[in-house]
Amino acid sequence: MWRIQVVLLLAFSAVSDAYGQDTDLLSLLGNDDVTEYATAAFKTNRVINLHSLESTAGGVLDFKINHRFGFINGGPYEFFGLDNAMMRLGFDYGITDQLTVGIGRSSFQKSFDGFLKYKILRQSTGKKVMPVTLAVLASSSLNSVKWADPTRDNYFSSRLFYTYQLIVGRKFSDRLSLQLSPTLVHRNLVATRAEKNDVYALGAAGRIKLTNRLAINAEYIYVLPDQLGPDYHNSLSVGVDIETGGHVFQLHFTNSTSMIEKGFITETVGQWEKGGIHFGFNVSRVFTIVDRTKHR
Amino acid sequence: MKKGIFAVCVFLMGSSALLGQKYFTKDGKVSFYSDAPMEKIEAHNTKAASVIDAENGQMEFAVLIKAFQFEKALMQEHFNENYMESSTYPKASFKGKIEDPGKLKLNENGTYETNVTGDLTIHGVTKSVTTPATFTVQDGQVVGKAMFTILIEDYGVKIPSVVKDKIAKEVKIDIESQYLPMDAKS
Repeated sequence: MWRIQVVLLLAFSAVSDAYGQDTDLLSLLGNDDVTEYATAAFKTNRVINLHSLESTAGGVLDFKINHRFGFINGGPYEFFGLDNAMMRLGFDYGITDQLTVGIGRSSFQKSFDGFLKYKILRQSTGKKVMPVTLAVLASSSLNSVKWADPTRDNYFSSRLFYTYQLIVGRKFSDRLSLQLSPTLVHRNLVATRAEKNDVYALGAAGRIKLTNRLAINAEYIYVLPDQLGPDYHNSLSVGVDIETGGHVFQLHFTNSTSMIEKGFITETVGQWEKGGIHFGFNVSRVFTIVDRTKHR
Repeated sequence: MKKGIFAVCVFLMGSSALLGQKYFTKDGKVSFYSDAPMEKIEAHNTKAASVIDAENGQMEFAVLIKAFQFEKALMQEHFNENYMESSTYPKASFKGKIEDPGKLKLNENGTYETNVTGDLTIHGVTKSVTTPATFTVQDGQVVGKAMFTILIEDYGVKIPSVVKDKIAKEVKIDIESQYLPMDAKS
């Protein structure tokens, strides 16, 4: 009996010794769970026209140069649309990692626009688990084209448009990110009584990352029925993101002419099936204004 | 008799715990520097975890890749997304041994120059690394320092030719951590 116990004891100590050699020393520190936030669900803060769930990082200025060429169905005479171009120049700035502001000017309708975007929830795993990212966007724009009929009573407020949007999305994997954007567009002035001042729409967008520097994006905006005139259609865009160091090039096809929310959501006249498609691109160039290591 | 053996057991366990004094840190500093012709890049991580077993000289080190802070947000994004693929390989770790642990008296004040050899795992690739290291002991606090260079391509991280002038082939790694005796942990 005594011997057995000694043998057991020796065996036990040998085992524990071997175990002691093999254990992770680091496991002695316990499991300090950290919250890990999902990053880079999209390569930039726009999918194509729609705002993506990503924000501009705090202290970073993002210069946007966007072009939409003419409709492809203009044929060879218009060089398939390339003879014409609409343009938007814009600056987005990340005040913090959560709060982005932006301004822009579009040649289409001689519009000025501005927006505020705030990330309310960030997708995370670990200590704090959050399945989705949620952001809210408020943008407004001013159409500065001369009045069509200067003889009637024209009000400055008629030039203004407002868009409110929730962006809820998730980076499902390194490859796949999806988001939904319920939207309200308010137009102070509409052309006919049948058209609504408040237009409700739902945007859906996604990206599939093919390689570290190349991704495919698509977005579709469904406008709830009986709100727009018969000439307006839902916006559909598909494109690729190409990333090179400090630039992101987005090349795409879209039936929307405007590059601001109220325009591409409520004023899209192109029809895909009839070749009413623009080729276009967004170029995003970021400049670091505030050094992050000091920022924090 | 049984009680006697039990007592021996307890005694053995207690003594081995005393002999195997361990030191730890949870906020070790790991920095790296890339000095390429067109761009200098540095990043800092102040959340490294490490444990040293003074008895046998074993040591381990681990850092979360996402916890490296860069001056530019875009660099940080590219570092995680394009180069380190940190969602697939969230951690870099080191598991090794301090040379001649007998000479290293972590309970006596002094400065000890030694070598550390072990396996460094970055981006899922493990390579053997030996580096000179300095341990400075001051009133129970141990500061460990090491500096060495690694070749990026050794760890399977691909640098596209477009940015080859912006990212150095060889990256300098600088480590400084302040260890506390494990007992101090509470």
